[in-house]
Amino acid sequence: MSIWEYANPKKFMQATAKVLPWVAGLAVVLLGAGLIWGFFFTPDDYKQGSTVKIIYLHVPSAMMGVSAWFTMLAGSLIWLIRRHHVSALVAKAAAPVGLTFVVIGLVTGAIWGQPMWGTWWAWDPRLTSFLILGLFYLGYVALWAAIEDPDTAADLTSVLCIVGSVFAFLSRYAVNFWNQGLHQGASVSMVGGDRVSNVYGLPLGVSVLGFALLFLTLVMLRTRTEIRARRVKALLARERVA
Amino acid sequence: MRALLVRDLRLAVRAGGGFGLGLVFFLMVAVLVPLGVGPDSAILARIAPGILWVGALLACLLSLDRVFALDFEDGSLDLLATAPIPMEAVVAVKSLAHWLVTGLPLTLLSPVLGLLLNLAPDGYLWLILALLVGTPALSVIGAFGAALTVGLKRGGLLLSLLVLPMYVPSLIFGAEVVKRGAGGQALATPLLLLGAVTLGAWALLPFASAAAIRANLR
Repeated sequence: MSIWEYANPKKFMQATAKVLPWVAGLAVVLLGAGLIWGFFFTPDDYKQGSTVKIIYLHVPSAMMGVSAWFTMLAGSLIWLIRRHHVSALVAKAAAPVGLTFVVIGLVTGAIWGQPMWGTWWAWDPRLTSFLILGLFYLGYVALWAAIEDPDTAADLTSVLCIVGSVFAFLSRYAVNFWNQGLHQGASVSMVGGDRVSNVYGLPLGVSVLGFALLFLTLVMLRTRTEIRARRVKALLARERVA
Repeated sequence: MRALLVRDLRLAVRAGGGFGLGLVFFLMVAVLVPLGVGPDSAILARIAPGILWVGALLACLLSLDRVFALDFEDGSLDLLATAPIPMEAVVAVKSLAHWLVTGLPLTLLSPVLGLLLNLAPDGYLWLILALLVGTPALSVIGAFGAALTVGLKRGGLLLSLLVLPMYVPSLIFGAEVVKRGAGGQALATPLLLLGAVTLGAWALLPFASAAAIRANLR
């Protein structure tokens, strides 16, 4: 029993059909719990007032915006190395979801920044590099959409994803060079200890988990759709021949 | 390989090759910007490094769809794929040819445009140096974008969407070199980083481009 068994589309469909309702249900529960807890049962910050509560949307979606790119990178590498179609489709499915999370992150950030920093947008390194990540997503999605042959599209987008990762990473550090920012450094970290009070940190953790499961649900759903679309295409082609 | 380089250069320079178009575009940018922001020489001097770099990027982008597309259409690319030199070398040679007909002339023309934009006197040397170090990366990154979109009928717009985000590091470091040069500050760090981006791109991207072309030719 190895993980590669799920590279078989049939196995993948069977497994995800079983897992999907649970993951989706858990995502709803955690998202509901995290957001309701965060919005209604945490105190206002003494400086930021109630605007602090947008953190429960802003931070998780920004995290997922980055994680989705890593999902795509992993899917692309597996496709290039082992030629499993499902992994290419996972990469394809993750891209629009990641792009949406990036947009949510940017928009909630702007809404938060307006009262706090007095501006909707600043050319701050974090904001800028995130926007550039969004541009990379756009290019990736557009390339998938432009190429007709599915295998060529998978190949080319995989190469783009790998090269794009390097350049997105480079840009991330290049912009640090170019401007000092308004955005705070990392507030939540595994090693350095949190700089967010537990009153906010715990519901934040719950909604991060909820967002992660939401991402997983959407990716599984979209991958299943892609597989079904491929099957329909194959059936139609067979019928035309017959 | 030398034959390929000479062939590409000839094709680019002769009628219909689009040589010079990028240069004229670069000139247009430098003329239009003062018309847009006003003739205040202090403002122009401040934004000159950025404008010159952005102009160079866009001028470079203009001729990218020619790098592989014509050879793909008439089948030369298939011949090159079966030729005894590896595809990676073909990509590198074509990127070099692209740089020789766009990046290098842009670099040589840039001081004149710096004059138009009222660049500080200390900046000229660094402008030339930064473009000389930075523009080769633009060509090889652009060749990668061209390799990805070579099979598409109307790949031009997509090409710019794919390539421009990858120009960000070169743009930041390059403009920073010129800005610091014009202001008389220490500029070794951005110049070295600019060189690092160029060398890294030249070392690695031909492999990615060759993989993309092979996928497109399949």
